[in-house]
Amino acid sequence: MQRRLDSSSIVDLHQGRSWHYLMKSPEDIYLSTSLDKKLLVLLRDGRKLLGILRSFDQFGAYERVIVSDLYCDIPLGLYVIRGENVVLIGELELEKEELPPHMTPVSEAEIKKGSEGGEGCYGSQGYNEKKDGISGYD
Amino acid sequence: MLFFSYFKDLVGREVTVELKNDLAIRGTLHSVDQYLNIKLENTRVVDQDKFPHMLSVRNCFIRGSVVRYVQLPPDGVDIELLHDATRREARGG
Repeated sequence: MQRRLDSSSIVDLHQGRSWHYLMKSPEDIYLSTSLDKKLLVLLRDGRKLLGILRSFDQFGAYERVIVSDLYCDIPLGLYVIRGENVVLIGELELEKEELPPHMTPVSEAEIKKGSEGGEGCYGSQGYNEKKDGISGYD
Repeated sequence: MLFFSYFKDLVGREVTVELKNDLAIRGTLHSVDQYLNIKLENTRVVDQDKFPHMLSVRNCFIRGSVVRYVQLPPDGVDIELLHDATRREARGG
């Protein structure tokens, strides 16, 4: 028995296991050209996930949390992302700097403090994940 | 299908795609599909300071459902052609 979830994956429930087969969805066509490349995925809730597609290395996928000039990379392991949550998939150039030089890495505890306190800001505007996100269809 | 065909004719032109989260990306239109998903090359973010995570991204895939605007070069817009195509679509579907 197979149940089609959406245009980009099929889950086989009959044997109690699941395989994710990528159909010929637009994301799939793009992703197959991005194998072993480092990608930045922007999600609808404003989160930024970075990782290398379909290769096995010790880093897996990680979330980069940015508050003002501070950032923190939080490792996530293997992520399977449903297509409807994706805003943008960007290819990160390997030799280039991923972030402007003035930004400093901090620990997870510090970044959580920063985002809760509402101190993060780009210029004169506040930054928060909700604002950077896309809710429904506006 | 009208705008799918229209964007296919614009492949290779420089456009600016503004997303619903206010991110605006300028780049060369590489490809488009039936969902109006857009692949851009040689991209630069319009307000780079506001989106530092995009600094080293030069190629990207943008899901059609998150696009607010596609800003086009003025000479990429043939009004008469668009009018005719719209009337045809409205008539026959």
